[in-house]
Order: sequence, then C-alpha cells, then structure tokens
Amino acid sequence: MRLGELWRYRELIYFLTWRDIKVRYRQTILGVAWAIIQPFMTMVVFSIFFGELAGVPSDDIPYPIFAYTALIPWTFFATGLNQASNNIIGGASLIRNIYFPRLALPIASVFGAVPDMVIAMSILLGMMVVYSLYPSAVALVLLPVFLALAFLTALGVGFWLSALNVQYRDIRFAVPFVIQFWFFATPIAYPASLLDQPWRTLYGLNPMVGVIEAFRWSLLGSGEPPGPMVIVSALVTLTVFVSGLYYFRHMEKSFADVI
Amino acid sequence: MSSDVNAIHIENLTKAYRIGSRQAEYQTLRDTLTDLLRLPLKRLRAFSPRAVDLADEAYPRVFALNQVSLTIKEGEVVGLIGHNGAGKTTLMKILAGITEPTAGQAVVWGSVGSLLDIGVGFHQELTGRENIFLYGAILGMRRTEISAKFDDIVAFAEIAPFIETPVKRYSKGMRLRLAFSVAAFMDPDILLVDEVLAVGDAAFQRKCLRRMGEVSRTGRTILFVSHNMTAVKNLCQRVIWLSRGQVVQDGPADEVVAAYLKSLSEAARDHVWPDFEAAPGNEHIRLHRAAVHPHDDADAETITIETGFTITIAYWNRKPGAVLGLDIAVYNAMGIVVFNTRPPADTLWQNEPLPAGLYESKCLVPGHLLNHGVYRVTLTVVANHQRPIYQHDEVLTFEIQDIAETREGWFGNWQGVIRPEIPWITNRLSDNVPTKD
Ligand SMILES: Nc1ncnc2c1ncn2[C@@H]1O[C@H](COP(=O)(O)OP(=O)(O)OP(=O)(O)O)[C@@H](O)[C@H]1O
Ligand SMILES: [Mg+2]
Repeated sequence: MRLGELWRYRELIYFLTWRDIKVRYRQTILGVAWAIIQPFMTMVVFSIFFGELAGVPSDDIPYPIFAYTALIPWTFFATGLNQASNNIIGGASLIRNIYFPRLALPIASVFGAVPDMVIAMSILLGMMVVYSLYPSAVALVLLPVFLALAFLTALGVGFWLSALNVQYRDIRFAVPFVIQFWFFATPIAYPASLLDQPWRTLYGLNPMVGVIEAFRWSLLGSGEPPGPMVIVSALVTLTVFVSGLYYFRHMEKSFADVI
Repeated sequence: MSSDVNAIHIENLTKAYRIGSRQAEYQTLRDTLTDLLRLPLKRLRAFSPRAVDLADEAYPRVFALNQVSLTIKEGEVVGLIGHNGAGKTTLMKILAGITEPTAGQAVVWGSVGSLLDIGVGFHQELTGRENIFLYGAILGMRRTEISAKFDDIVAFAEIAPFIETPVKRYSKGMRLRLAFSVAAFMDPDILLVDEVLAVGDAAFQRKCLRRMGEVSRTGRTILFVSHNMTAVKNLCQRVIWLSRGQVVQDGPADEVVAAYLKSLSEAARDHVWPDFEAAPGNEHIRLHRAAVHPHDDADAETITIETGFTITIAYWNRKPGAVLGLDIAVYNAMGIVVFNTRPPADTLWQNEPLPAGLYESKCLVPGHLLNHGVYRVTLTVVANHQRPIYQHDEVLTFEIQDIAETREGWFGNWQGVIRPEIPWITNRLSDNVPTKD
C-alpha cells in the first residue's frame, strides 16, 4: 500500500491541515466562535423542541447536555467528512500538476476539523460544571478511543466519497443529503435505549451510533457501558476504513487523468 | 557534465487518453448503479478506474505518447520541443509520477522535482511567507529545509516587500517568481520544467535560465520544455523533438532545433488553397494564399532579426464593386499586437470598387524591426473602410530567429518587443576624474 511514503510526507499533511484551518478563520468576522455557535444553537433548538415540547427521553440526563455531548463528535464527523469528500476535487489543479501522496488531502481535511471540536468541548466543560455532572476516570480514559473511532469513520467514508467524487460528479450533491439523513439515523436528539435488544445491537451497524453512545457514556455516564452495539460499530468502522483505503489507492492512479 | 549513469530510462512508453464529451467523461452514478443492479458481479469493475484498453477500438482516444523510448544520463540538460499537443507535458507527468503510463515503462533514478504550472500549490488567501512553506511541503520539502532556504528563496524571487501580503494580491509574474524560486531551491536530482517561464518578464526569465544553468553544473539532470528556441539552444546540449506522441529527432540542440523550425515554417508560413470551394472565406471573399517569406530570397528558410520579410495575401473578391481593405495584425508570443497595418491610400486598388477576381497584396516589413520569437498573423478584411466582413486568426505563424553573432557571447533572452538597430555615440568628455579629499 506504500503507506511509508505517506509518513515521509507527514509535514505535508501538517501544512495542508494548517492551511485549511487558517483559511477558514482568516476571513470570518466571528472566527473561532463559529466552532461553538453551530453545535450550541442546534442544542438550544433541540432542547426546546425535542426536550421540552416533545418530551423525548434522554437517559435521565438533562436534555441540553445530553444533546450537546452528542453534537460534538457528530459535528466533527460531519465537517471532516464533508471536507474530505470535496478536497480531491478542490485540489484538482494540484493533482494535475504535482506528485504527492493523494491520501494527504482527505487526511488533512479530517485533521482540520479537530480544532473546532476541541473548542466546542470547552463549552461542554462549562455545562458539566453547571449541571454538576462529572465523568469517572475509567470512562474518561476511553474517550480518546471513541474519538479515534469518529476520526476513522469520517476518514473511511471520506476515502470512499472523495474517490467516487472524481469519477461521478453526482457525489458532490449527494454528500449534504447523506450527512443530513445520517444525522437523523444517529442517536443525537434521542438515546439508543429507545430500541430494545436485539435491535439495539443491530443499530450499531451505523458506525456513528457506537461512537455517539460511547462518547456520551464516557463523559456523562449515560446509557450502558460499551457493549455489543459499540463493538458492531467499531467493526463496521474498521471495514469502511480499510475498504475505503484500498478503493482510494486503487482509484488514485487515474485521478490526474480524469479530474 | 553528463556521466554514464542513467537518470531516466524510458521504454516503449505509451499513454492513451480517452477523449470525448464531458458527458461521456464523467459517467453518471446512475448508469453505474443501474448496471450494477442488472449484472451485479460482471459490473463491479465498473467502479474501477477506467483504464484505457489499448485493444478496444470502440473508445475514442488519443495517443499522447506512442511507443517512446529514450535514455537520459545523469547531468544532461535536455530540451523537449514540439507542437502543441505533441505530448511534452504528458511525458513530464509520467516521469513525475502524476499519471501512469498505459503501456511501457519509465524508470527514474533519484528524486524528481517538477514545475509544470505556476502557483498551483498556492493558496490565494495566504501570504507569500505562508505559501513558501505550504508549496515547499507540497513539493516534498521538510520544514527545516524550507526554513534554511527561506531567505534565498525570497531573495531570488525578489518579492521581499510583499512577503506578508496575500498571494491573491500578487501579479501573475510575481506568482511565477515565487513558484519558480521554491522549485529552484528544492535541489532534486532531476528537475522537470514545463513551459512556465513564458509568463515572467524577460529579466526574470534570464535569471531562471541562469539558475537552471547553475543547477545543471552541479550535476543535476534537467528536462526543459519550451517554445522559445533561443532559450532551448542556450540551455540544452541535447534536444528531443516530439510530434504526435513520437520522437521525431533526438540529438545535438542546434541540429534538432533547426530541423524543427524548418518544419514549423514549412507548415505555417505558406498556405495555398488551390480549390476555391474548400478555401476559407465567406460570401464576400475567399482566401487563395497566405505566406511569409524573406524579402530577397523566397527560398531562404529562416527569417532572422536582420532580414526583412514579405507577407503575401491572395484572395478572390466575390462581390463586384466592393471596396475592400486588408488589415494585418502581427501578434507576438505574449499575445501583444506588435503592429497593425493597412495599405496606404495611394496603393493601387486601394479605395476603389473591385471587379470580381483574384487579388494579391504584399506587405513589406523591414528588417531590424522585430525581436526574435514566434509571431502570429491575423487577417481582417474591411468593407467600405469600416465594416469588418471577414477575419482569420492565425492565418500565418512564423518565427524570427536571433543571430548569435550580435550577442557577443551573452547568454539569455534579448528583451523587448521590437529590436531596431539604434545608433549610439559615446564620447570622452574629459580626462579628469574628480577625487575625494
Ligand atoms: N487528461 C487528459 N484527458 C484527455 N486528453 C488529454 C489529457 N491530457 C492531455 N491530453 C491530450 O494528450 C495530448 C498531448 O497533450 P500534452 O499536454 O502532453 O501536450 P504538450 O506537448 O504539452 O502541448 P503544449 O505545447 O500545448 O503544452 C493532447 O492531444 C491532449 O489533448
Ligand atoms: Mg504542455
């Protein structure tokens, strides 16, 4: 798979990520605040409509922090995926004229979504203090693992979509729709506990289900500890990631000719 | 400086591209999906890159390279010349690893740096400083390496005052300088430079050529594409002439360039359309001949900066009584109109109603006027002094060659759109040199 080459180009990934972040914030008035506004406003709207008016259950956790905690990994995933699937097309002239490992582009896109997530987390800390909800040490140790799962899912799906995007321009229009659809198919506004077994485990076939539920469990102690559902999700993530990597590698040979 | 060690070895290299409409180019997802549903297993490969099947005649395709074989030794500076679409860029892209050959193989020893287009790695919103690091990283340089060379790069590009300005505020030439400077300092074993220098001003072009000369003296291999034959001859010892994806000639620079120019001028310097029906034109006129020749000697092959030349236009007038005027515009390689000329009023047949028939006008351009380079001629036919009734872009293309003798060994491109012979006088005004006390 010539992945060693990617390692030699690690500084390129760093610079591409840095470019994406810099450019994103340089020309906006609110700058970094955007990273908070988006999940925060979504949380407010959800709390009013789903939490208060519709009375959607939230695993005995105050609804606002329940929703916000899920929105953090989700926003990271959605931003990373969206950027990754458009980055190859966006870098068309680069690909036509310079050789570098093409994998660097989607990888840098997902890394580029990391700072936003970290910033959004700071609000979460504040909310934890307000609601006096503190994670246990054990659960917190596992948090990076779940974040890594979100990262790999975004990257794996990003590999698929960006490579397909070169060949089929329809993908560009499909991505926002897929993300929106996926959002409602993932337990963000509601808990996975709405489903009974064995459906709950099956629900894990959506890899973001495992990520979100586990993320919430490790920070808020909500739901059940990671079990079969999270394992199913992790396996799906791994499958998507590895197959996406292969597919991307297979297709990248023709990128410069077709793009 | 060339040694006996191979730097590039190419064997039967072939690259076929699919051509056709955009529609066919990007197949729609729907097509693939419906095929997939109909014939699941057979069609799975539809998701694969659509490699061009050489045996499959059904696809319209173009051979950008066709069975090219050649070897380039370490330290050689090789020029690559040929018409538009000859396959020069394609060859470089394969050597750089940007695209894969359809058949055959290319082996490269050492690191490859390429400058195929200017400023592609730049981000418009970032400053010159930030872009140097970004572009350097894209070209495969380490951050420490870029930092170490940063001052040299900025000095070479001569953009120090603009280093903190976003690149979107740069002129095209400034962007080129920055791009070339980063590429020039990356020290690859093999440097591929495509026709990019044309954008810069002459002074910077000269500087780039000098830098490439320096690079080659350190034993690096350079492959240089250019339509500027003077630059090619100055820089390269060996030249490869490609045409329609094949090597036409490969040898000493002077020889190959001369042969190429000869073919070029034969092709575009004298057009005759003997068949009235097939000749370009419209209901008013039809062209019969368009030609450029040196004044005195119609058989001479080359037009140099010293020779005057004649532009001949012959045409049929189809509307009896039309008052026609020819208008010739000569463009240089930068697309600048160098001059625009019409027959003066006292020329025979000028301003007179023309009976139907075949007419020929000659325009005599003096020597010592234009600089060397490639020129294109656009012909416009004007009725009644105002209404253009026919226009033919690039009716002629010709090259004016530099004469090495006048250069006194000086290296590079002579600047200027025109190159008149201008008298100079130098006098000694005093034999006294003031000294500081
Ligand atoms: N991605 C592509 N898809 C289809 N055809 C292509 C592609 N790239 C190049 N070609 C075709 O391949 C041929 C060779 O192109 P190439 O760019 O190598 O020419 P060139 O010698 O560099 O010309 P120029 O002097 O104009 O730069 C041309 O006919 C061109 O149309
Ligand atoms: Mg080219």
